[in-house]
Amino acid sequence: MAADDIYILGIVMTKFGKHPDKDTVDLAAEAAMGALKDAGVTMADMGVLAAGCLMGQGGIGQQIQKQVGQTGIPVYNVSNACATGATALRTAVMAIKAGETDMGLAVGVEKLAGVGLLGARPASNSKEWTPSGRFGAVTGTDGRIGTDNMPGTFAQVGMEYGHKYGGATFELFAKIAEKNHAHSTLNPLAAYQKRMTLDEIMNDVMIAYPNTRSMCSANCDGAAAAVVVSGEKLKTLSKEQQRRAVKVSASVLTSDPYQEACQVLPDVNTLTRIAAKKAYEQAGVGPEDLNLVELHDCFATAELVHYDNLMLCEEGGAVDFFNSGATWRTGKTPVNVSGGLESKGHPIAATGIANIWEVCHHLRGEAGDRQIEGAKVGLAHVIGLGSACGVHILEKSAL
Amino acid sequence: MTTTQVPHVNYLVLGAKPHLEANECTACGARFFDRRNACASCFKTEFKKVSVATDGIVRSFTIVTFASPGVPVPFVAAIVDCGGTSVRGNLINVDPTPEKVSLGMKVRLATYSLGADDSGIEAIGFGFEPA
Repeated sequence: MAADDIYILGIVMTKFGKHPDKDTVDLAAEAAMGALKDAGVTMADMGVLAAGCLMGQGGIGQQIQKQVGQTGIPVYNVSNACATGATALRTAVMAIKAGETDMGLAVGVEKLAGVGLLGARPASNSKEWTPSGRFGAVTGTDGRIGTDNMPGTFAQVGMEYGHKYGGATFELFAKIAEKNHAHSTLNPLAAYQKRMTLDEIMNDVMIAYPNTRSMCSANCDGAAAAVVVSGEKLKTLSKEQQRRAVKVSASVLTSDPYQEACQVLPDVNTLTRIAAKKAYEQAGVGPEDLNLVELHDCFATAELVHYDNLMLCEEGGAVDFFNSGATWRTGKTPVNVSGGLESKGHPIAATGIANIWEVCHHLRGEAGDRQIEGAKVGLAHVIGLGSACGVHILEKSAL
Repeated sequence: MTTTQVPHVNYLVLGAKPHLEANECTACGARFFDRRNACASCFKTEFKKVSVATDGIVRSFTIVTFASPGVPVPFVAAIVDCGGTSVRGNLINVDPTPEKVSLGMKVRLATYSLGADDSGIEAIGFGFEPA
């Protein structure tokens, strides 16, 4: 292990689902203490804490410290939409790379069970037509000039891909959800573990065509946390810690560069493609080397475009790639063997660490029934609208 | 007609030939429907008003059947390519079903009344209808 490499020393996710007896701070503390225990270290070893809770009131990092240990270390409270967890992890990674510390803790937490439609705001219907906002709108635009809600936004992302390359039918998108719901049956920490038939998925409540309810990410409660360490420090730790440590071969965060249409429909493609390219370069691996991928399937329509954006298939070839069976857990490039956001669940700020936990779990050979045998390299991807994209490539310890 | 009309949004221009108006960067041609301090594409700061083509093709759509409280459903949200400028808008005067709406379909800008407020001023909205 090279001195300037970065490793995940400990990482956990809580059970995703409903946690009525725990608040966000309890859930975050459970994850933080779990990650420290998994790493075999304590808060005294941490030189930095980065934490996020998108729907929270801010200051989540300091609130966590009061539950797990107040040591006076710098705290970074981060907020980057659905990429918040990945941003927290990357913040800790950057602190180590900058030489400010040799160990750090990243935490993401969210309580979303029963929250309903994300992006939903009550329609404003004033009695007087008075222009307001940057578009000088005299009344609400949601529902009159397109949709502000996530299911419809991402439906359009998938349909746009279909317009460009063809073949992206309602049934195809439903089959993607079928795969993820099948995968989650092997994941005890998933919010849902019920296998769903294609018929059940297609006949479920339609939210925003072509996304039915079971093709949408599941709002739920959950937290995830990771301890990161420098390669130099890892050398001083036990053989067991070194054996279970997972190398962070690439840690990349991008925002969306200007593209013509990004003003009217968020462009989730360009920044993902740029992040992936940079990550493959950093890690010195290619998409063909990946044993598993956890990507941001906030909706079934999104998973399709990210096959292409992460270059798992040829440009324009995502439909054929999926139809080949490549992304099932038995396929060439298993995607979302955790069940993905559609079935494992999507407690927003936890997602960007939980997907890394899933990959690490397999690389450590600890994934039990759903273990991808011999997994050596994996990729975790998240995207937050606005937009922010995090891509991490992880490699099994050489020991 | 004595009723005064106002557009739903400030980039909708009413009159004999209703159309949308964009702020176009004089340096690189990037178009924006809201005001910008500097161009998101080239960072220059001069813009001019330009008319956007009223004919276009549907590049993407969704049929929203579950929306925020107070938003009537179903409706078709779409991204329309109007001569190279992407426009966000609803598809109107068409059944909101996958059978009647398709990718690549030709559409044109159309306006409709959003009703009058307490002082009798009528707001006019826009959408795209099959051409």
